[in-house]
Amino acid sequence: MGEDAESPKINHTFLRDYVTEADVISTVEFNQTGDLLATGDKGGRVVIFQRETESKGESEEVGETSDSGEYNVYSTFQSHEPDFDYLKSLEIEEKINKIRWLSQQNAAHFLLSTNDKTIKLWKVSERDKRPEGYNLKDEEGRLKDISTITSLQVPVLKPTDLMVEVRPRRVFSNGHTYHVNSISVNSDGETYLSADDLRINMWHLGITDRSFNIVDIKPANMEELTEVITAAEFHPHHCHLFVYSSSKGTLRLCDMRASALCDKHTKLFEEPEDPGSRSFFSEIISSVSDVKFSHSGRYLLTRDYLTAKVWDLNMDKGPVETYQVHEYLRSKLCSLYENDCIFDKFECVWNSSDSVIMTGAYNSFFRMFDRETGRGVTLEAWRESSKPRAVLRTRRVYTGGKRRRGDVGVDSLDFTKKILHMAWHPAENIIAIAATNNLYIFQDRVNPDVQGQ
Amino acid sequence: MEVSAEAKRIMVVALGKLYSSRTQRGGLRLHRSLLLTMVMKSARDIYHEAQATEESLVPTFEQHQSTAEVTTQPTSGHPELQGPLPGEEVVGSPSELRHDAHARPGAGDKENVCPAVPAQHSRKRRGKAAVEPDFLPCKKAKLEQENCPQLIVSSVLMDYVNCSSELGTTPTPLPLQRVIAAC
Repeated sequence: MGEDAESPKINHTFLRDYVTEADVISTVEFNQTGDLLATGDKGGRVVIFQRETESKGESEEVGETSDSGEYNVYSTFQSHEPDFDYLKSLEIEEKINKIRWLSQQNAAHFLLSTNDKTIKLWKVSERDKRPEGYNLKDEEGRLKDISTITSLQVPVLKPTDLMVEVRPRRVFSNGHTYHVNSISVNSDGETYLSADDLRINMWHLGITDRSFNIVDIKPANMEELTEVITAAEFHPHHCHLFVYSSSKGTLRLCDMRASALCDKHTKLFEEPEDPGSRSFFSEIISSVSDVKFSHSGRYLLTRDYLTAKVWDLNMDKGPVETYQVHEYLRSKLCSLYENDCIFDKFECVWNSSDSVIMTGAYNSFFRMFDRETGRGVTLEAWRESSKPRAVLRTRRVYTGGKRRRGDVGVDSLDFTKKILHMAWHPAENIIAIAATNNLYIFQDRVNPDVQGQ
Repeated sequence: MEVSAEAKRIMVVALGKLYSSRTQRGGLRLHRSLLLTMVMKSARDIYHEAQATEESLVPTFEQHQSTAEVTTQPTSGHPELQGPLPGEEVVGSPSELRHDAHARPGAGDKENVCPAVPAQHSRKRRGKAAVEPDFLPCKKAKLEQENCPQLIVSSVLMDYVNCSSELGTTPTPLPLQRVIAAC
């Protein structure tokens, strides 16, 4: 579906707009060094991008950063296939809900990918040499006629074209009755958690037939159900701490040292509801769609439908910062409810120094907030307006007052173009934004490295 | 009046979404169903409140008619022993829907042809949660007009009374007007 600029007789615009459902990106994640970027899509595929390093000879000068910064496709593989639960007569979608990288221990890379029910551990390794000079086989692998072998040779490794192999190493299945929404690798490097609507399990990366259930909020009588788990994450440094968010807008910090079953939270983070803003949809819009620890481990970032909030782990009475992502939608909640947009789950991310937070919105817009100044900018991830190497313009949604050129009215927002998934490079100012079936990678050339702020 | 019309619309949309989610790929989404049920519950509560304020301005006979229309569920006729909490009634829907989905494998197309509403009438107590808005055609055969309000009104009484049973009061027949005011 290229940019069909000239086509005198046939109108190709419908092709341009047509998106295969399976190509819609459903998760984006950088690895710990930022050299690899993985995306998962609704069709169950994972695409890994690798950052280009400058070839030798181009920058021999001391002190120059060698990465040119471009990400190219490194490997593609089918992670999950459509499945069927015969007992319940339910189809299991192959859509990749989350990808998480493990810390690199050797030459190979490992990542966890999950759909609604099954988590898989994949090993990504490179092969750029192959042995040549076998005694019993010829170059094509056919067995040699033994009578022709007169001498013995030692096979040598010869360089070949780079091959990236991806193999499934573990399959963690049958751990969840409900739909898995999060996975999080523990800082101990050995365990990880997986969370579904009502339960959180802890797995050992080496053991697939058992997992510990550490949180279970399923009521004895399902009719008494009032909230579900929406996201969960391990603390970045403390292997005994994890947090999970609920559909009621609360966060629970749990300490696994306290007891085997962490149904009782160590801390409950809750903001008292503002009675003035109560509406039919108050419950829906207060549901937390994503929770992320800051890199420092001191703060939590949450996203609900209209806001992004920063919480201090030391204060559970309410968030320390609240950012309005698209407050202009508050008066449109009824139509957003009817067209299902009110159920959209936006992700949120921190930058590497925890000074900026970012989250998505509609109309291909995404927002960044500077925590120090409290100011936010709106940017756009849209092919037409961002040619490669062009500078991103800030955008604005017109909500009253003086209208500037380029402002977009609330009623002209395209709600089918939603930025739900995104990732921020762990060390540099590089962001990856998933816009339906497209992946945008933006880099800050002015301030590529994050200075301590 | 506008509020109750909006509430009604929201309830109808929620019901539609709940029904269509049964045939969705990947199975019933618990989170979504829960949120929809909560919205329906808020809408229902606001609708009842709006109706109650309206009724207090309208003569008695018409009160009977409108409350009868609002709660169309003379369920299975036997009052539940454990008067479920309003919250429970509401959340009955996703679990009911799930049970139904499990109970009828490959139900997809067949169920879309004949919505499961009549089945739910007879099998489970729906309470006030999945109330059918009054403008939808009544699927139950109505008795003669005079007796109809009577029958429906007495089950409405049971509903309201069970609603308050969480407080531990034993259900005693209360005059209709007082019941409405209490809720």
